[in-house]
Amino acid sequence: MIDLAIIGGGPAGLSAGLYATRGGVKNVVLYEKGMPGGQITGSSEIENYPGVSEIKSGIDFMEPWQTQCFRFGLKHAMSEVIRIEKHSNIFHIIHNQGKGEEIQEAKSVIIATGGRPKKSNIKGEQEFWGRGVSTCATCDAFFYKKREVAVLGGGDTALEEAIYLTKFASKVHLIHRRDGFRAAPITVEHAKQNEQINFLTPYIVTEICGDSSGVNSLMIKNLDTNKEEKLEVPVIFEFVGYDVNNQMLLQKDGSYLCDVNEYGSALVNLKMHTSVEGLFAAGDIRVDAPKQVVCAAGDGAQAALEVIAYLEQKH
Amino acid sequence: MGQYIELRQDNFKEVTQNGISLVDFWAPWCGPCRMLAPVIDELAEEFAGRANICKVNTDEEEALGAEFGIRSIPTILFMKNGEIVDQIIGATTKAVLSDKLNALL
Repeated sequence: MIDLAIIGGGPAGLSAGLYATRGGVKNVVLYEKGMPGGQITGSSEIENYPGVSEIKSGIDFMEPWQTQCFRFGLKHAMSEVIRIEKHSNIFHIIHNQGKGEEIQEAKSVIIATGGRPKKSNIKGEQEFWGRGVSTCATCDAFFYKKREVAVLGGGDTALEEAIYLTKFASKVHLIHRRDGFRAAPITVEHAKQNEQINFLTPYIVTEICGDSSGVNSLMIKNLDTNKEEKLEVPVIFEFVGYDVNNQMLLQKDGSYLCDVNEYGSALVNLKMHTSVEGLFAAGDIRVDAPKQVVCAAGDGAQAALEVIAYLEQKH
Repeated sequence: MGQYIELRQDNFKEVTQNGISLVDFWAPWCGPCRMLAPVIDELAEEFAGRANICKVNTDEEEALGAEFGIRSIPTILFMKNGEIVDQIIGATTKAVLSDKLNALL
């Protein structure tokens, strides 16, 4: 039996691992199906983490976290967690590392599985997924050098990645259903100053079209005039929000292990306690998450401190 | 023993034309590709002698990426005697990849 299982290896999970092991918890295993780093490793740049003044890519930014967070004895299990169950006061971590399902017992659990980019469900999205529909600009911008590309969305990620894409693409068509943007004013200003970005608002995409080699155009509709037009681009980068990764909380009877809200986010108090004793949630998986690296890291530290107190009292 | 094979324009055909191959198209600036890297390393170890576990750095091998119509990475191709039999686009788990390999073996 291990003392603590941390599910997810982004900023929240890694910080929890650092605080738990450095705080004296002995057997701490971080479950992450590949190399840890989390969603931020898909970001072109991060410039708002306090104390890190240089602007870095998400990959470069997360590099030192690995070394630091594993320094105090945190172990990495390269395994996918299928389900977490609680039996009396012991948790079962049901996971698969490529040899079928296995069960690991744990005294406490921090779930820090974050989120994944939401799909738009636009007609053609599924058919052309990975062949002109992308949610990762840093991954796929390279394949559209000197081409015109489309970006869908109006939040921080959409505008930041639109700006990033101008380094590769000849033109970026930014499609958003409203004239206003949720993104930070400074980011909107940067995007508006960039002559390579063409703002298409208020527009929606009604269909993603293509042939056997992938996407070749989009059907877009102006919401003011209701007129539809064709936009000839080989790719659409979608940044329309996130879904939480809570599938491992789902029990065999269809209920969730702990209380979640209508979006599936884990309900927690200010100490990251879920409704289940010994189970904590940190980072983007929890309710009202600000979806910032610095906040996820703070959550992870908080959850780990609570685990230390829990283990001292109950086990 | 148990190392993945780095594929380039000049050895792609030779390596993949016989038996089962897994080909991971990746690039150093791709977060999900980096996440997959240790998984590929382990598969190379476990399938040594049974399947060719290969990687193509699309940043250096642009022509190979274009030849296979790669427009998103990571893309993982499963090949049997040089023919593509299956593919996965996006980061995935070791369980999924090893199941697919075992099914082909």
